[in-house]
Amino acid sequence: MAVTRYCKRTYLEDQRIFAAPSAKLFLALFLVLLALLPVFAGSYVLVVACLCGLAVIAALGMNILTGYTGQLSLGHAAFMALGGYTAALLAKHYHMPFEANIVLSGAMAAVAGLVVAVPSLRLKGLYLVITTMAFQFIVQYVLLHWGSLTEGERGIAIRPASVLGLDLENRAHQFYSVLFLAALAAIFTKNLAMSRTGRAFVAVRDHDIAAEVIGVNLAKYKIMSFATSSFLAGVAGCLYAYVYQRITPEIFTFVVSVEYVAMIIVGGMGTVLGSILGACFMVLLPQALGLVFGPLTSAYPAFSNRLGAINIIAYGGIIIFFLIFEPDGLFGIWVRVKNYWKPWPFKY
Amino acid sequence: MDAMHVRFLAMVIVNGLAVGAIYALIALGFVLIFKATDIFNFAQGEIMMFGAYMSMLVSNVLMGPLGLGPAFIVAAVSSAFATALLASLCEMAIVRPMLGKPVLSIIMITLGLSFVLRGGVEFVWGPLEIPVPKPFKVAPLLVAGVPIAEVRLYTIVTSVVLMAVFLLFFKYSNQGLGMRATAEDQETAFLMGINVKKIFTMSWAISGIVGAVGGIFLGATIGNLVPFLSHVGLRALPAVILGGMNSITGAIVGGLILGVCENLAGTYIAPKLGGGDIKEITSYVIVLIVMMIRPYGLFGTKEIERV
Repeated sequence: MAVTRYCKRTYLEDQRIFAAPSAKLFLALFLVLLALLPVFAGSYVLVVACLCGLAVIAALGMNILTGYTGQLSLGHAAFMALGGYTAALLAKHYHMPFEANIVLSGAMAAVAGLVVAVPSLRLKGLYLVITTMAFQFIVQYVLLHWGSLTEGERGIAIRPASVLGLDLENRAHQFYSVLFLAALAAIFTKNLAMSRTGRAFVAVRDHDIAAEVIGVNLAKYKIMSFATSSFLAGVAGCLYAYVYQRITPEIFTFVVSVEYVAMIIVGGMGTVLGSILGACFMVLLPQALGLVFGPLTSAYPAFSNRLGAINIIAYGGIIIFFLIFEPDGLFGIWVRVKNYWKPWPFKY
Repeated sequence: MDAMHVRFLAMVIVNGLAVGAIYALIALGFVLIFKATDIFNFAQGEIMMFGAYMSMLVSNVLMGPLGLGPAFIVAAVSSAFATALLASLCEMAIVRPMLGKPVLSIIMITLGLSFVLRGGVEFVWGPLEIPVPKPFKVAPLLVAGVPIAEVRLYTIVTSVVLMAVFLLFFKYSNQGLGMRATAEDQETAFLMGINVKKIFTMSWAISGIVGAVGGIFLGATIGNLVPFLSHVGLRALPAVILGGMNSITGAIVGGLILGVCENLAGTYIAPKLGGGDIKEITSYVIVLIVMMIRPYGLFGTKEIERV
């Protein structure tokens, strides 16, 4: 997949987080708008916004692994599940506070990531995909059938926590904590991408043998990439548990793993903005489909059990569409639109 | 072990072989496409499922005028044709633009295709179970004192015949030779005057046929169809890895081994674990072990890149 390239003329330009001063202004405006969202949005909108936020965190993780390091994984949902279950179990048995749960569930997923990373040292491409897929199905199976620990299909209920004076039963407060963590994850990823580590990731992706020749320790950076990516997935899983207040094995299926890969394809591989755009797009897509087809189901009740099928077709169709027609994703479109307006109203 | 245990074990193994024959057919579909085009088709399970649904549709229509048995045969043949057509259309419209793109894009596009196909089937036939007409007798046949369900016997026989036909096709026919040449080296084959595009489409069509046959027998074995059936395609994937990605013999042997292992695990290990159908993940556990020890499989060529 063509990875979005930028035109940078100086090293200093490359080191900047914001391409232009105006970007800072727009970002600040955007954040203020987001912070005001709970004032005029209902609780349903806030839940969807929370879902967007945690999808952004997990998609950033996916992008570190797949977009930057070039290791395709179809087991992202399994890492999320591990994070979510860690949080739920810790909260249930040890009454751990929210802050500790976030860190510990991320750490748990990261440890699992280390384990999965070991075969990745020997395998790549298709073989790695199949290994991670096997991991996904095994985790899902264990969560479903280890009844004494995970309570099987019923899942584990998790009580709403409170953190730093925020009451996490309140949707608005939930939204603020998710927003804060998502922003943190985005800043972290952006900085990581520009550090030595991030450039090493990109080197591994673009040509692993050449990377090794110029002194990138392949094993180290692949393992690091896996661990970081699954840490973010674990954090997202933990947030999911808190937003839904229950965690079941059905939440994190293989389809969800594919969805996360789809997010970064739709958004744009190897870009932070792409992960954000893609995650929001894929979370809002079923909502939009529900808005369009919802009235149809009330008119034709027989149609109601076809909504799932429409969702699946839309997911698949969007993956195919973006891969064939817009490999740079929404990020590519964004850059094109921006460049189109840059010289406006002059032609060149 | 007394005679009864031996007979029980034999039954478990034969049943496993029948499941394995279906896996082998699906795996054959994977390998055919991978060998000729270097594309790993994650939508093979959906193609198989489409075949099963088509056959159900046709045999439901023809059951009245023709009777159960002949209707099943006509349905199987027409569904194989329809599935081959669908597979080649998918190749031409969706997969061909992706030729030469990175592995990652190709994997994702076949996954996208699998979503669209599964959603399409679910949209047309609904998410609920649909019973399939059963042309096979329920009472098991006794083969050397081992009771075997008729449908399982037919599955094994049909798969063996189909595989033999394809092995001969690859060995002796001009088209088969062209496919093998393309698999060996696309560029050279192209220069030697082989129509590589046609070969690509043909390999998809053939894997559509074997997939459809696998799906039809899977449906007949289970007795009903759900869109979830396509997951069996992913469960057959380890057979491909076990046998070696580019070996037709490997796909067949891998599928059979997988089926037997799954059935043995389901019979002997599952009760010890207490609950849960261990069959669902046996194949994935096997694939993890194979990946660690011998990533190129039993019969595959050792060309996997090591990093």
